[in-house]
Amino acid sequence: MDLITGAEILVRCLKEEGVECMFGYPGGAVLHIYDALYAQDHIKHVLVRHEQAAVHAAEGYARASGKTGVVLVTSGPGVTNAVTGIADAYMDSIPLVVFSGQVPTALIGNDAFQEVDAVGITRPCVKHNFLVRDIKNLAETIKKAFYIASTGRPGPVLIDLPKDITIGKAEFHYPKKIKLRSYNPTVKGHAGQIRKAVDLILSAKRPVIYTGGGVILSEGSPELVELTQLLGYPITNTLMGLGAYPATDRQFIGMLGMHGTYEANMAMHHCDVLIAIGARFDDRVTGKIDKFCPEAKIVHVDIDPSSISKNVQVDIPIVGSVPSVLRGMINVVRDEKLKPDAEALDRWWRQIDEWRAMKSLSYRQSDEVIKPQYVIQKLYEVTEGKAIVTSDVGQHQMWAAQYYLFDRPRQWINSGGLGTMGFGLPAAMGAKLAFPDQDVACVTGDGSIQMMLQELSTMKQYYTPVKIVNLNNGYLGMVRQWQEFFYQKRYSMTYLEALPNFVMLAEAYGHVGMRIEKPGDVEGALREAFAMKDRTVFLDFITDQGENVFPMIPSGGGQNEMLLAERDEMVSTHDEGMVLL
Amino acid sequence: MNNNNRHLISILMENEAGALSRVANLFSARGYNIESLTVAPTDDPSLSRLTLVTYGNEQIIEQIVKQLNKLIDVVKLIDLSETDAIERELMLVKTKASGEQRAEMKRLADIFGGHVLDVTEATYTIELTGTGSKLDNFLRAIEKEAILEVVRSGATGIALGQKALRV
Ligand SMILES: Cc1cc2nc3c(=O)[nH]c(=O)nc-3n(C[C@H](O)[C@H](O)[C@H](O)COP(=O)(O)OP(=O)(O)OC[C@H]3O[C@@H](n4cnc5c(N)ncnc54)[C@H](O)[C@@H]3O)c2cc1C
Ligand SMILES: Cc1ncc(C[n+]2csc(CCOP(=O)(O)OP(=O)(O)O)c2C)c(N)n1
Ligand SMILES: [Mg+2]
Repeated sequence: MDLITGAEILVRCLKEEGVECMFGYPGGAVLHIYDALYAQDHIKHVLVRHEQAAVHAAEGYARASGKTGVVLVTSGPGVTNAVTGIADAYMDSIPLVVFSGQVPTALIGNDAFQEVDAVGITRPCVKHNFLVRDIKNLAETIKKAFYIASTGRPGPVLIDLPKDITIGKAEFHYPKKIKLRSYNPTVKGHAGQIRKAVDLILSAKRPVIYTGGGVILSEGSPELVELTQLLGYPITNTLMGLGAYPATDRQFIGMLGMHGTYEANMAMHHCDVLIAIGARFDDRVTGKIDKFCPEAKIVHVDIDPSSISKNVQVDIPIVGSVPSVLRGMINVVRDEKLKPDAEALDRWWRQIDEWRAMKSLSYRQSDEVIKPQYVIQKLYEVTEGKAIVTSDVGQHQMWAAQYYLFDRPRQWINSGGLGTMGFGLPAAMGAKLAFPDQDVACVTGDGSIQMMLQELSTMKQYYTPVKIVNLNNGYLGMVRQWQEFFYQKRYSMTYLEALPNFVMLAEAYGHVGMRIEKPGDVEGALREAFAMKDRTVFLDFITDQGENVFPMIPSGGGQNEMLLAERDEMVSTHDEGMVLL
Repeated sequence: MNNNNRHLISILMENEAGALSRVANLFSARGYNIESLTVAPTDDPSLSRLTLVTYGNEQIIEQIVKQLNKLIDVVKLIDLSETDAIERELMLVKTKASGEQRAEMKRLADIFGGHVLDVTEATYTIELTGTGSKLDNFLRAIEKEAILEVVRSGATGIALGQKALRV
C-alpha cells in the first residue's frame, strides 16, 4: 500500500465520511492540510473571516441538514477564537468535528509560537476530544470522532493535530465500523418502562406533552406527530424544539417557558401527567423548580441518562432515542386499542381554550412606528411559512420564536443554551449552503449583528444569498428590558449610540441594503427583498425602541406567574429572582 | 434525602492521556465535592483504575455517577458504598519519638497494626493501612505536637464476594 501524508489521510477520511462542505481559516500549523485540500475538489471549503463564524456556520449547516458539521482552524488564536462556537454547539447538542492545528509534537509544552493547550481549553465544552500523537492512529481517531459526534446525544468533538502528524506518512486504512467499549448509547427504550409510561399517559385527566431539541436531533418528528394525534393531547415545544410539531396545528399550544404562551405555561402548571420528550428541564422552562408542575406525574424520554432527574425528579424515566421509544408507545396504544379518557380530555381542552382566549401574544399595532412583532408576522406571510429562519440572541429571537409558525423540524435555527450573540449570520450562511434552493432569513438585532458582521464578506465570496432582517431598536433590547423591569429603568450601557449606516455597510460588502421606517413599508420591502433570489439583502427595520417581550415569567416565578403585555405593571421581582438571572 | 453521605466510587477507564483530567474537570466544573482521588494502571495496561471519595445527597450522587458514565473514557464504574466492600487507605506518618514518647508511639503503632519503617534517634516513620476513619483515629490517638508529617494515599476499595469490576 502507498504511503500518504497525514494531511492527505485527513482529506481521504472526510471523503469517506461523505463530507461535502467544511468551514475554516488557515494558519501555519494547518498549512499542510490546506495544501492537501488544494489538490482535490470533492470537498468545498468555505473561508470565513473569523474562526467563531466557521463554527457557527458549521452549526447552521448541521442544524439545517442533520449532517455533522466540519471545521478546520489553526493552532493558538485559531482554536481560541473557535471556542465560543464549540461551547455553543455543546450546549445545544450539535454534531461537529473540529480539527485544530497544533505545534509539532516535539514542541508541545515549550510555549512554542501559537501554542495553546487546545485539548485542555476545550475539554469542558466538547463531547470528547483527542490529541493525535501517532500518525498510525489518525484515520481511526477521525472515524471515532465522527461516530461520537453524531450518535447518542450529539455534540462537538475536537481533534488536535500537531503539524508533524500532518506531514508524516502512513498507509491509509479507514475502518468501516467502529466499536468503543466505553461508549454505547442506549437507543431502544426498556419495554417495561414504555408499558408503564403508556398506562400513566392514558390515565391522565389533564395531560401535556412537552418536547424539545431531542426530537429534532433524533429525526423523531413523524413519531411525535403520530403519537400526539393518536392521543389528542395538547403539546408545547421548547425554544429548541420548535418545528418538531407543526405550529399551525390545533393541538399545538405554543412555546413554553420564560417567554412562552399563557396557555402553554398554565397547562404545564395545572397538568396531572407531563410527558417530556427530548427536553432537558432547563431553568428558562421550569421557572422556580419548587413551583414547577406541582400536581404532575412525569414521564421523561431522553437518550442521555444525565438529563433525567437532573433538575426535576421524574416518575417514569425512559432512556432511549425518541423515534424508537415513541414507536414503542404507539404500538402499545394501537395493539391494545387503548383510549384516553375522552370526557376528561374534553374538559381539559375547554380549559386550555379559555387560556388561549387571553391571546397572550397580542400586541398594540401602530401606524407610526414599526412593531417588531409585526415584521416577523409579515416575514411569515411573505415567505409563506416556508423559510429557514436563523436568529441571533435577544428580544428579536423571542419574537421570531413566537410569531413565525414553524411547521417542520430544522426550519428554526437558533442558539438556545449558550445564547451566543453573533450566531445568526454565520448560521444562516451554513444553512443556505446546506439548502441553496430554500429561502433563508436571518432575524437579528442591532447589537448581535455587529458581532459577526465581517461574514458579509464570506457571503459575497460564496454566493449565499440570505435575507437579513435586522430589528433595529437602537438598544441591547433584551438587557434594556430587564433594566426597565428590575433596575428601575437605569439603562446602563444598553443604548447603542453611533450605529452604523447598515444600508451603506451592506453595499460596501457588495450586497443590497434597505432601510424601512414605516409600518406601511414593511411588507413591500420584504417582498422586494425575497424577489431578489440571488442577492443577500440587509433589511434594516427601524422598530419601536421601547417594545418588550411578553408574556414573561420573571426569574424566580412559577409557570402560573406570568406577566402579560399592557396588563401588568412590572414592579420588581424578589431578590431570589435577581440572583437567578 | 438531604444528608450528605460519603461515597466511594471506583472507576475503570481507558488508560489515555487526559483521562484523569476529565474526571477532575468534571468535579470542579459541576461543583461536586471530592475528598480524595487515586489512580493507577491495572493488570490490563489499557485500563486505569481510579477511586474517589465524594459527598452528596442521593440526587447529587446519582448525577455524579451519570456524569462519570457519560465521559467517553469511562468504561465501567461501581459505587462501592452501595455494596459490601473493603476500603483501604495507606498512610505514612513521621512522628517525634524521643524520651518516654518513644515507647508510647511504638505501642500505639502496634495497637493500630502499623509498622515502623524508619527510625532515627528522634523520630519514627510509621506505615498504617485501613479505612479512612481508622487512620483518622490513629492521628487522634497520638499527641498533636508529635506529628511531623502525614502522607495519605486516598482511599481505594474492592467489592466483597465473587463480583469483580472487569471489562
Ligand atoms: C434570550 C433567551 C431566552 C430564552 N427563553 C426560552 C423560553 O422562553 N422557553 C424555552 O423553552 N427556552 C428558552 N430559551 C432556551 C433555553 O435556554 C434552552 O436552550 C432550551 O430551553 C433547551 O431546550 P430543550 O429542553 O429542548 O433542550 P436541548 O438543549 O435541545 O436538549 C436536547 C435534549 O434532548 C436529548 N436528546 C438528544 N438526542 C436525543 C435522542 N436521540 N433521543 C432522545 N433524547 C435526545 C438531549 O439529551 C437533551 O436532554 C431561551 C434562550 C435565550 C438565549
Ligand atoms: C456574546 C454575548 N454577549 C452578551 C450577551 C448578553 N445579551 C443577551 S441579549 C443582549 C442584547 C442583544 O441586543 P440586540 O442584538 O440588539 O437584540 P435585541 O434584544 O435588541 O432584539 C445581550 C447583550 C449575549 N447573549 N451574548
Ligand atoms: Mg437591539
